[in-house]
Amino acid sequence: MFRNVLLQALKTPASLSMLSMEGWDVLVRQARAAGLLSRLSHQLQGMGLANVVPPQIRWHFEAADTLALKQLTAVRRELLAIQEALADLPGPVVVLKGAAYVAARLPNAEGRLFNDIDLLVPRAQLSQAESALMLAGWHPAPLSDYDRRYYRRWMHEIPPLQHAIRETVIDLHHAILPETARYRPDPSQLFARAVALSDWPGLAVLSPEDRILHSATHLFHDGELAHGLRDLSDLDLLIRDAAARDANFWMQLAKRADTLQLGRSLYYALRYTRHFLDTPMPDTVLEMLRPAAPARLTRALMDAVFSRALLPDHASCDGSCTPVARLAAYVRAHWLRMPAHLLIPHLLHKALISPHLESRHT
Amino acid sequence: MKLLQLPAADLRQQLAGSGIWLRTGPFSIRLRSRIADVATGLADLYGQFEVRNPREVFADFHVSIEPQTGVRRWVRPQAQFSFDGFQPFKPLPRDQAFPMLEWGLNWCVSTHAHQYLIIHAAVVEKDGRAAILPAPPGSGKSTLAAALSLSGWRLLSDELTLIDRKTGLVHPLPRPVSLKNQSIDVIRQFAPDVFINKPAHDTVKGTVAHLRPPRESVRRQHEPARPGWVIFPKWEPGIAAQLTPRSKAQTLIFLAQNAFNYSHLGTSGFQVAASLIDGVECHDFRYSALPDAIAAFDALASHAPLSA
Repeated sequence: MFRNVLLQALKTPASLSMLSMEGWDVLVRQARAAGLLSRLSHQLQGMGLANVVPPQIRWHFEAADTLALKQLTAVRRELLAIQEALADLPGPVVVLKGAAYVAARLPNAEGRLFNDIDLLVPRAQLSQAESALMLAGWHPAPLSDYDRRYYRRWMHEIPPLQHAIRETVIDLHHAILPETARYRPDPSQLFARAVALSDWPGLAVLSPEDRILHSATHLFHDGELAHGLRDLSDLDLLIRDAAARDANFWMQLAKRADTLQLGRSLYYALRYTRHFLDTPMPDTVLEMLRPAAPARLTRALMDAVFSRALLPDHASCDGSCTPVARLAAYVRAHWLRMPAHLLIPHLLHKALISPHLESRHT
Repeated sequence: MKLLQLPAADLRQQLAGSGIWLRTGPFSIRLRSRIADVATGLADLYGQFEVRNPREVFADFHVSIEPQTGVRRWVRPQAQFSFDGFQPFKPLPRDQAFPMLEWGLNWCVSTHAHQYLIIHAAVVEKDGRAAILPAPPGSGKSTLAAALSLSGWRLLSDELTLIDRKTGLVHPLPRPVSLKNQSIDVIRQFAPDVFINKPAHDTVKGTVAHLRPPRESVRRQHEPARPGWVIFPKWEPGIAAQLTPRSKAQTLIFLAQNAFNYSHLGTSGFQVAASLIDGVECHDFRYSALPDAIAAFDALASHAPLSA
């Protein structure tokens, strides 16, 4: 009954003044499951609508803001430590995703929850960066031999590094997509346009267009959709912010997607941000992306999958086809990451052998 | 309406169906369970608490405690606690379902309610002043809090001291008092007429039973109290009850380390904890016999507060 109440709230916050208590009961839970409680809170505050939240419910939003602020502070502190640890690296050291939104003071940094810090360095500097981070206290988290080999051989990042005391996790990348992916933009093109941060000497972020393309690629090439709607909301805010700053943004974005061979990811990003969050965009951009768009049948299938899999991972959003859609999104992401002769043995290992090893360890 | 006004059959049916809506202190809970022990535990211990039709109202925490499905249920039946579809703990044997519910509710509060500084401490009140009893597990804080709450002090909580970040006041969260191992018999001997439910054996904390919270505590569950003392109790055999002053700085550091969410609150966490410590007397307290302990607490309460 309130299946889309969170989407409704994100699209038209003013409509919340009409929401019943039963609706609020579902909204707070969907937002919490999607990791969007504090983002919604910031949107309401920004629009002067904080008072639409019934008084007995406000503490949920305030508590979420408290946690989000704590994470924001923690990310800043980690960035300082990273800045210091990697000071001798020739660089550039590019901060990606959530931590980049914090470093570049983008509107979607406030109220966001963070899992780990993603860094991108030139491949030739990878081992130097890894050693420097290890000296500063970040060590490889325990992994099975299979997973370690899988990372080193096929992935675009090394196994996660965890800080021995603060337990924060860094994902150190040398590319934005795996070695085995169908399309793999040359990282040197990303470094060429990276923007140095005056607040954070030694650190950089991707250019506004590349940031959006990376976020889109990550969302539509990644099997973990537990935060799918949060990532889609990031895209929505990144797009709105960049479009407001630069009149040529849309043209540059479409051209850049073409150059980096990421047109398909951008097509999906625009299709689903518009579908779910009413992100404003000129039709001409979608027109320009037509060569990269999927065939009609593929598109229908993708709509069927993503219209379900991107909803919050909460019982009130689940229809009878949701589990199938989530599984399909997971398999598809892996399919895009690696060719079949690698993928099938990998999924079999994950399904049959990994759970057995884990149960032996616990 | 109070839970005790709900016929047992209706309670079981609602719990197994759309759930019951229950209020404890500042929080509302929607609870579902098909486990008979959970319905019994609620009927035994939560009789004085307010219930409502869950369809009409918002609930802060949606929780369930349900039997595990699968082959295992025939071999070793288990119970699983869920918070809105998320399982924060591993399942436990079915006969620990009720203690698991209590631990689960504590988890809900301590991981979400950041409008409070949440200290791991029992807290009781007399004449408007609250005595906060933080202490490591096994020091007898729940036992002492239980005995005080049966002797003219109002039970605010046996586990979670909620300090309102805006007002600095302690908000009550009266729920059944968790008694472990020897404490169960100690309280039975101390007050033979009180109700203690059926113990669950071999839990991670040993044998656990719950004392029904005093009626007056539940009736006044929305009435906050000003912090008056922070007292570290320690039970020792064969000594006279003795109260000794304790360093405020050390107490502040201990509270910070024993708060569930101190680090989440940033500067505000420090300010709330520091102004709490500024306004209270801090003591260490060693005792053997509960009547002596209560006499010592009553003597404290009868003195005029230093700071007022």
